[in-house]
Amino acid sequence: MLKMHDVSKIYRTDLIETYALRKFSLEVNAGEFVAVTGPSGSGKTTFLNVAGLLETFDSGSYELDGADVMGLSDDARSKLRNERIGFIFQSFNLIPDLNVQDNVDVPLRYRRFNAAERRERIGSALDLVGLASRAKHMPAQLSGGQQQRVAIARAIAGDPAFLLADEPTGNLDSLMARQVMDLLEQINEMGTTILLVTHDPELARRAQRNVHLIDGQISDFRAYEPRAAAAAGGAQALA
Amino acid sequence: MLGYYVRLALKSFGRNPGITTLMVLAIALGIAVCVMTLTVYHAMSGNPIWWKNDRLYAVTMDNWDPKQAYSKKSTLPPPEMTYKDTQVLFRSDVPVRKVMMYATDGVISGVGTVPSERAQTRVTTADFFAMFEVPFLYGNGWGAAADSPAQPVIVLSRDENEKLFGGANSVGRTLRWNDHEFRIVGVLDDWYPRPRYYDLNGGQFNPPEKAFIPYGWGAELELLNNEETDCWKPEKLDTFKDFMASDCVWIQMWVELPSRSSRERMQSFMDGYWAEQHRAGRFQRPRDNRLTNVGNWLRDNKVVDTDNRVLVGLAFAFLAVCLINTVGLLLAKFLNGAPISGVRRALGASRRQIFTQHLIEVGALSVLGALLGMGLAALGLAAVRHLYASAHLYHRGGYQELMHFDVTGVIWALVLALAATLAAGLYPAWRIGRLPPALYLKSQ
Repeated sequence: MLKMHDVSKIYRTDLIETYALRKFSLEVNAGEFVAVTGPSGSGKTTFLNVAGLLETFDSGSYELDGADVMGLSDDARSKLRNERIGFIFQSFNLIPDLNVQDNVDVPLRYRRFNAAERRERIGSALDLVGLASRAKHMPAQLSGGQQQRVAIARAIAGDPAFLLADEPTGNLDSLMARQVMDLLEQINEMGTTILLVTHDPELARRAQRNVHLIDGQISDFRAYEPRAAAAAGGAQALA
Repeated sequence: MLGYYVRLALKSFGRNPGITTLMVLAIALGIAVCVMTLTVYHAMSGNPIWWKNDRLYAVTMDNWDPKQAYSKKSTLPPPEMTYKDTQVLFRSDVPVRKVMMYATDGVISGVGTVPSERAQTRVTTADFFAMFEVPFLYGNGWGAAADSPAQPVIVLSRDENEKLFGGANSVGRTLRWNDHEFRIVGVLDDWYPRPRYYDLNGGQFNPPEKAFIPYGWGAELELLNNEETDCWKPEKLDTFKDFMASDCVWIQMWVELPSRSSRERMQSFMDGYWAEQHRAGRFQRPRDNRLTNVGNWLRDNKVVDTDNRVLVGLAFAFLAVCLINTVGLLLAKFLNGAPISGVRRALGASRRQIFTQHLIEVGALSVLGALLGMGLAALGLAAVRHLYASAHLYHRGGYQELMHFDVTGVIWALVLALAATLAAGLYPAWRIGRLPPALYLKSQ
């Protein structure tokens, strides 16, 4: 479970202080699929970076699976990130001179799994995203959609509790975007909690819950009706 | 993880082959110049008997012309002494070992069909071998009793024994030295102190003599010194006896003094003798009686001149310039790869792991640089050797023999390369580990 309470993140220059997150509070339960939306500069990516322990915050509290992350050392944060969190980025962020298999292997190396276990996990993850046959290909030899699927395989190979996706379909055409979303839903159904930052209303609607950010705070305004609420509303109308 | 990091380092080299080559070349060039200069410096300045530096002392006294110093360039007394002064000082029982000696020419003959040949010979007292820790292959030196009256015993160098007897144990056999029969009592093992500290005349890096005979033969056979002999006083020098009684300097004297008190006693003995002679009209220059250890002896005699020290300084400055350039290139390379490090951080790598990964890359770079550097240094030293060989063909054992690429040099190169490059790579590796990963994740 992810629990943020009154989290503030401030970017400072000599002259000004900018609140990227202002007294931001959010709870995400295990197994949820939450879409985070908002205009550019609203703090979506900062939220995702703080949630993913890539950035620290200035005040408030943040618990990840019951652990207070505020006072953790870099080593402890990295370990937690490695074991509990998977990242998916808009621009895939595959390492260009490693082949598909070695890319998926990266988080497993830092987890210090032995070779047999790494091989098994890489195989399962690539199977899940349908790219087992491309294990030896280099990223440049794959289409955008395939690269993002490799990135998803890399994110889930360590079996993380949370998957943080920052505009995962931003660089894909609509068909590939749908395939990637289908895959994320499938992973969510397997029990992984997903936090998805997106501009795309269609994607946001496919989440169970929608959090809308404006100026680093959660807004009451609901830009998109999440799939669960829409389903419930539809059922009510029928009744 | 070490193997994984090494693999990543090799991949990283492949990602930027141009910049990698440039860095390896910069390191290699710096290392090569440093190793070459250090090897030459080491060979030319090394104290070959450093472990006895606080025991062995060259004895000198300023008996020179009261109107002018021995040397216009320094205030040092003459490096040799008069025959008569060494005879007196040699009587002191303070030193545990003491040597009077000089070099002369001899002709060795009378060994089967081996033709007669000229042999540079040291005329010396018995302690020479023990004092300078000369190794023996066969036999030994002679006892002090053989010095005076001189007994017909001789010690040969290993090379000379090789030439005369095919390397066989020749102890007990006889040969003719300047047409006098001598019995061989010892054959030296390989012995080539560089520089030849015990006698820096006639080529500081020349090999030791081919033969050694007791000191008493000098007076007996009236053997002249064939190296440095300096005279300043107009005096009668018609006979060898005149020469022995003169104020000409030509005898080298060394003493072994094991303690500070023995040094003080020896100094006091010399000063007492000086005062006595001063009253008798000799030693009219300011008192300058010296006991000089080997390190200072080499320095005073400018075995390593200032140019060489400046050259070593310049070589290190050049290495520093190469490494500063490498730091710049490393920073550029690592910062160029910052987005990838950002991804690794996002996937669970800690700052320490990113730092280690990059440090291992630097280590791999330094190994490549060291290997290439050693290759270049070997080539450079071979070139120096070649140049000297063509200029000094008659100098067997001259500079060309100094320029060998010894094990010490190789170890130095490795240590130097690893330490210097790792030191140079610390900052870039640390810097890349401290970069905020989030900054680069969007920019890929």
